[in-house]
Amino acid sequence: MRRFAALYSALDASSGTTAKVGALAAYFDDTDAADAAWALHVLLGKQGKRLITGRRLREICLADSSLPEWLFDDCYAQVGDSAETIALLWRQLQPEAPAAPGGRDGHGNGERQETLAAEPLHRWLEELLPAAAALEGEAQAEAVRELWLGLSANELLVANKLLTGGLRVGVGPGLVLRALAQLSGLETALLQHRLMGGFSPSPQAYRHLLAPANQTEAVPSRPYPFFLASPLEDLPPGAAEDWLAEWKFDGIRGQLIRRAGQAFLWSRGEELINGAFPELIAAAACLPEGTVLDGEVLVWPQGSDRPAPFGQLQRRLGRKAPGRALLAACPAAFVAYDLLEWQGDDWRQRPLRQRRAALESLISELQQATPTPAAGLLRLSPRLPLTAWDQLEPLRQQAAAAAAEGLMLKDLDSPYRAGRRRGAWWKHKRDPYTLDAVLLYAQAGSGRRANLFTDYSFGLWDGDGRLVTFAKAYSGLDDGEITALDRWIRQHTTERFGPVRAVEPLQVFELAFEGLQQSPRHKSGLAVRFPRIRRWRHDKPAQEADTLATALALLERGPC
Amino acid sequence: MALPAGSLLELTPQGLYCPAAGAWIDPQQPVPRALITHAHADHARPGCGEYWAIGASETILRQRLGATINLIPVDYGALHRIGDARVSFHSAGHVLGSAQIRLEAGGESWLVSGDYKRCADPSCTPFAPVTADVFITEATFGLPIYRWQSGATVAGEILSWWQAAPERPSLLFAYAFGKAQRLLAELAAIGVAEEVLLHGAVEALMPAYREAGVVLPPTRAVSALAKGESLAGRLVIAPPSAHRSVWMKRFKQPQTAFVSGWMAVRGARRRRGYERGFVLSDHADWPGLIRSVKQSGARQVYVTHGNSDGLARYLREVEGLSAAPLAGQGGP
Ligand SMILES: [Zn+2]
Ligand SMILES: [Zn+2]
Repeated sequence: MRRFAALYSALDASSGTTAKVGALAAYFDDTDAADAAWALHVLLGKQGKRLITGRRLREICLADSSLPEWLFDDCYAQVGDSAETIALLWRQLQPEAPAAPGGRDGHGNGERQETLAAEPLHRWLEELLPAAAALEGEAQAEAVRELWLGLSANELLVANKLLTGGLRVGVGPGLVLRALAQLSGLETALLQHRLMGGFSPSPQAYRHLLAPANQTEAVPSRPYPFFLASPLEDLPPGAAEDWLAEWKFDGIRGQLIRRAGQAFLWSRGEELINGAFPELIAAAACLPEGTVLDGEVLVWPQGSDRPAPFGQLQRRLGRKAPGRALLAACPAAFVAYDLLEWQGDDWRQRPLRQRRAALESLISELQQATPTPAAGLLRLSPRLPLTAWDQLEPLRQQAAAAAAEGLMLKDLDSPYRAGRRRGAWWKHKRDPYTLDAVLLYAQAGSGRRANLFTDYSFGLWDGDGRLVTFAKAYSGLDDGEITALDRWIRQHTTERFGPVRAVEPLQVFELAFEGLQQSPRHKSGLAVRFPRIRRWRHDKPAQEADTLATALALLERGPC
Repeated sequence: MALPAGSLLELTPQGLYCPAAGAWIDPQQPVPRALITHAHADHARPGCGEYWAIGASETILRQRLGATINLIPVDYGALHRIGDARVSFHSAGHVLGSAQIRLEAGGESWLVSGDYKRCADPSCTPFAPVTADVFITEATFGLPIYRWQSGATVAGEILSWWQAAPERPSLLFAYAFGKAQRLLAELAAIGVAEEVLLHGAVEALMPAYREAGVVLPPTRAVSALAKGESLAGRLVIAPPSAHRSVWMKRFKQPQTAFVSGWMAVRGARRRRGYERGFVLSDHADWPGLIRSVKQSGARQVYVTHGNSDGLARYLREVEGLSAAPLAGQGGP
């Protein structure tokens, strides 16, 4: 556990990806499979289980101490994280250790007490932590204190985060896999492939993950790793005819698999979503055995020429098993844009030109051979006319009208790769919508921004000259602006509602957002997608901020 | 809370005032007579008629307030009669030449801590416990989450951080006066003899420290480097204001760290955008504050700077002392 805590602080302290990958590789290289399996599980963000509440840990920390509850609250307000507050306070409550240099993570106390920190990580996660969680009352407090005994501040933090299920490491699965690839000599794509079928933190599973390439047996549900597009910066090389242009739909990425007489739908978040989309699973039954499609899951009303806004898809995503009414109100479709496996063969190394041709004939044959409503849910992503680069911008301008987020450009001669690799797939988003709105409310952030007001609510003018709350935004300002705005908020608070402060409606901000749709649940009648602050309009008085009418007009017209 | 009428000290718009001595302590605005705890800008301001301060701070005070100020240098522990008061300066262990100021008149004694710390610091004299009837203490780090490790431990962490990056410059951000020199002295104390590069603002303070005989590694201003001289593997100390400034552009792919007591909290480091934070403070930590309050033997404690409400409440409710926050005093 000590070594894992040291890895945690090394990852926390390094900013470059090379340094992070290096720290990860060094850790895994020097760790046995039982511990490595658990470390991987935690690093992949799968250890979300809360064993003990933060409140209970705080109770245990404060028991028999002279620290009053209100002082804990003051500390928490400063730290913004209960596991970290407890870690800092627990050290404080221990008798002062003789200061001496040394110790692995720099918090050494010279002669360290015999401590459970030396126990392996797997023992902590399989045995010690669950055992403490299963106890109650004083017995539990005693067990937790025993876990804490002699831990450094950083080890305490990691232990508390594992107990409360809130350990976020700040490295994506991609970096973790790069480290494992470096170590095993396997391709990250292969590792990703093996992981997507699920990973249980056992030494067997870990060894299996890193086993030489030919030893893996087939798993029918196993998806291929997704290939991800990068934002377009310059025009791609070559002639426009060698590129496939498609709409970039605002749904969720999906992989539809037909193998071994079964069908599977995976989301990009490596989640099997069969339950949420039963009609797509039924539709996949029409596909020939040994077929894998890459595409977009959308809500697409019958007879409509465009998909519904993302909000409707969100209603579907929220349900593990949708009811009949929801299925009727928000019917799903799968818009296919790539063919990854055909007749049981992996087609990913073939050029897109060939995959696309096969996909086109597959979908059209399907619709002719089985003209059932089910088959109709499998659509082909249309190929947009692009023969010269000067057609690109006019196409992008039409994206809003097609209810798309923008364009996709794909190199017709490229294979289907894994992960985000620049060069073959580009996304070219349309311009975001923008509106100038007035700051109305502010709230302190959480975690690292706990003592600053960083969560803002903005309003637009209605027809009666009142400001109506319209969007919340958390990001888009730089550190200097955040600090300046925080100071301004403190000086211009008009009312407090718990943690929320109402401020004088004076400051105007330009907000950018990706989508806008009508919503009876919102006061303004509008729901916005991905709102963020684009700039602080010091130059604009609040009276000149935008109105709800302007926003409604955007809704109809699209941006531009 | 204001001070009771007729006290030895009172709060005026210019700051803490002692009528018996006709003197202000660390006044915020120009006054005829100022008693200065130390040369940090929020404690020593220009324009006063007369300055009383520890001799070791003279060079820096003249540098900052003007060479011609009327300064009366004093020694630690010496008793001075100023007006009707007896005044003495006692080591605060905060920075070079920092003092607590004790005033006595009419049978009552008050002790004003200024900024202070209890950890050993090779760049200045240690805190000297002094007793008084009334103690005015700072509380910059007045929360129990703050508890410091020794300077040697932190210097060891910094050294390994620096040595782990032989291909990159290591930029260490620290307050230019006090913290930067303490860092250098702590590094020297664990055996660092390699040259350290300094931002101009830090370099300006070095003569005063060398004059005072503080043991330091060799240093050079970054501006004195030859053009094209490699910065890889070099340790550079700069004030926080240089972080992400134009000045920083000359360093290729530096690793950055901030040295401050605030770095004890992870969120504080991330918010400032440093990769690494080293926890080293020239202010008292929570145990240091409590210990100093107790050692002062004061029957009344006033708390200023930082978490004054919280520390005062703790002293009242948990330690059973008579304590109150002191209103009207600026931040640290
Ligand atoms: Zn100071
Ligand atoms: Zn100060």
